[in-house]
Amino acid sequence: MSRTFKHFLLAAGMLAMGASAAGAATLDDVKARSALNCGVSQGLPGFSNPDDKGNWAGLDVDFCRAIAAAIFNDPTKVKFSPLSAKDRFTALQSGAIDVLSRNTTWTMSRDTTLGFNFAGVMYYDGQGFMVRKSLNLKSVSDLNGASICVQTGTTNELNVGDYFRTNNLKYELIAFATIDETIKAYDSGRCDAFTADQSQLYAVRLKLTNAADHVVLQQVISKEPLGPLVRQGDDQWFDLVKWTYFAMLDAEELGVNSKNVDQMGSTANPEIKRLLGTDGKFGEAIGISNDWVARIVKHVGNYGEVFDRNLGPATPLAINRGQNNLWNNGGLQYGMPVR
Amino acid sequence: MTDARLPDSAPARRWSWTDPALRSAVIQVSLAILLIWMAWSFFANAQANLARQGIASGFGFLDNSAGFGITQTLIPYSESMSYGRAFLVGLLNTLLVAVLGIILATVIGFLVGVARLSENVVIRALASAYVEVTRNLPPLFQILFWYLAVLATMPNPRQGWAFGLQPLLQSLANGAASIGLSPLADGLRSLAGDVSGPGVFLSNRGLVVPRPVFEADFNIIFGVLVVGIIAAWIVKRWAHVRREKTGQPFPTFWVGLALVLGPAIIAGFVLGWPMTFEKPELRGFNFAGGVRIIPEFVALLVALSVYTAGFIAEIVRAGILAVSKGQTEAAKSLGMRSGPTMRLIIIPQAMRVIVPPLTSQYLNLTKNSTLGVAVGYPDLFAVFAGTTLNQTGQAIEIIAMTMAVYLTISILTSMLMGWYNKRVALVER
Repeated sequence: MSRTFKHFLLAAGMLAMGASAAGAATLDDVKARSALNCGVSQGLPGFSNPDDKGNWAGLDVDFCRAIAAAIFNDPTKVKFSPLSAKDRFTALQSGAIDVLSRNTTWTMSRDTTLGFNFAGVMYYDGQGFMVRKSLNLKSVSDLNGASICVQTGTTNELNVGDYFRTNNLKYELIAFATIDETIKAYDSGRCDAFTADQSQLYAVRLKLTNAADHVVLQQVISKEPLGPLVRQGDDQWFDLVKWTYFAMLDAEELGVNSKNVDQMGSTANPEIKRLLGTDGKFGEAIGISNDWVARIVKHVGNYGEVFDRNLGPATPLAINRGQNNLWNNGGLQYGMPVR
Repeated sequence: MTDARLPDSAPARRWSWTDPALRSAVIQVSLAILLIWMAWSFFANAQANLARQGIASGFGFLDNSAGFGITQTLIPYSESMSYGRAFLVGLLNTLLVAVLGIILATVIGFLVGVARLSENVVIRALASAYVEVTRNLPPLFQILFWYLAVLATMPNPRQGWAFGLQPLLQSLANGAASIGLSPLADGLRSLAGDVSGPGVFLSNRGLVVPRPVFEADFNIIFGVLVVGIIAAWIVKRWAHVRREKTGQPFPTFWVGLALVLGPAIIAGFVLGWPMTFEKPELRGFNFAGGVRIIPEFVALLVALSVYTAGFIAEIVRAGILAVSKGQTEAAKSLGMRSGPTMRLIIIPQAMRVIVPPLTSQYLNLTKNSTLGVAVGYPDLFAVFAGTTLNQTGQAIEIIAMTMAVYLTISILTSMLMGWYNKRVALVER
């Protein structure tokens, strides 16, 4: 009931939305409010999860902190809104959040008919399946006839339908509104398999009663490029979010990290000088201070640092960089040049 | 004396704020204009905002293919069908749980309500405990309780409980063997081998029962059944008229039952029961064949019925207590037993107190069915206002359609109950 009400409010909000709210100038609104409103997940270790002190942490969280650092020189000026997969888009459409950084797959319909712009791919992922070890399954096609738990409102829900139908496999899909309900149902044995993006499966596995009894199948059935997105129609804000992402990649590529960023400013390398704002006025072009990248790297770190801190080998998730390595290390992450 | 003044006052009538008819007309017209203007500006504003943000609008999305699977479908559905079809599937699932929930809640509610007035202390205490427990716990909590604490603890399909003749014979045989009656055990085992496998399975995937498959000849039996029902109804009318005239009672129920079932059973034996059962079988992960009742549905249905029945019980109790004690005493003095007194004297009079609040309980149950989203029951709210809204992003159209549907269901329920209320109202002669 409360959910209907929430949707009703959002729809009503959209109806009553004045020209100013959704119009242009998201950056002006953010500056006036002195805080960035950032939509994140309701708890996904490694991506966006509150720690034991209630502070949000994760790859998606750090991206919002990087935007706040670029604008305010203060990574704490972010207000995080935990959103379910189902509610996230309405929240961005209605202007309740400025940016949605919530392991969201970049798809054409979301980019077009939903009225959004994707700013980049923070994490290249693919949809996988988690099953009980005791079932002894090798591949996804062994799941013929299985009951599968999924969170509603995800691309996963659609991919399962496509994959099982094209491969003539039978299945039963039970869709839950939140990730916690989905986990509970799988844990209780209602489903034979749990499907989600693979990174998410590793995180979910840690939440199960007996993590060691479950295994994530190696096979992936889809491409899941996960990235941050903004409302369509505000190019200045879109540019700022997009270039925050590129800057984090460029910093890693050029060897600029949170420890050496202060010294790097005085280097002779013109690429680094442009990046850190000692040369050129690139920050002004997106409406913020010229040392914006220096601020990001100093407070949050470059892409590699952020990845390692949240998902890398030292974390319980211990995810391999794989496709998320920089392009010159055999991965897909490629930052556009600042010049 | 007013007559004398009429000719004077009629032409003197001018536009004046002191004229109440004119004043109220002006106020009402301007209020209507204001409302229309507000509605129009909301609509125009939403249209403009959606267009500027590049969000699709209109109802064209209903024809696009949905792409997602649904666990429980009462009509044929597949992922390649449209969002419109998914809407219908969700609507039927909502109606299924609402209608069955209303029936079940009414039955439980009436039983408990009458039990609360029982002279037996134990029954009365049990009924009171039922009402207090169900009425005072939030419905969402109750749904999760049935889903996670009761149904989820069932064994998986492989270790599920099987019901049917075969497992019964098998366990009898094991029992016989354990007390040393091996010839009897062997006999029972071979008998169990003759009977085909068990037909009913209960596991954490729900309840699976055989699906009856009717052959063409079965239509005759259906026809006989319908004729029987009509005959029973005619007998009931006749008995009622006769009773009004002569006061003679007639065993309507038993004669009716015989009229409905008797000919149908005879026809069945003559035709040799032209129907088979498609038995479910464990194949891989799940059961294939048969009819499956999913645990999400059971959890939602049981929780809503049990919860609403608590309120209905109180309404029934209030209705019965509202009937003057003199009615009972009068019935007793005529020599009526307590059963017929309740059924023929008290309940019919209590109904006119019971029906109006009962209607709002029915509406509550229907609306509470949206809580099924918490356990993954694919009702209209989950399928349409949930998944479809998320996939298409067309919040305004979808929320408007969903609102219209719940409003329509509620208004229809109210109208139906209003009609029933008129029927049970006190007829004054």
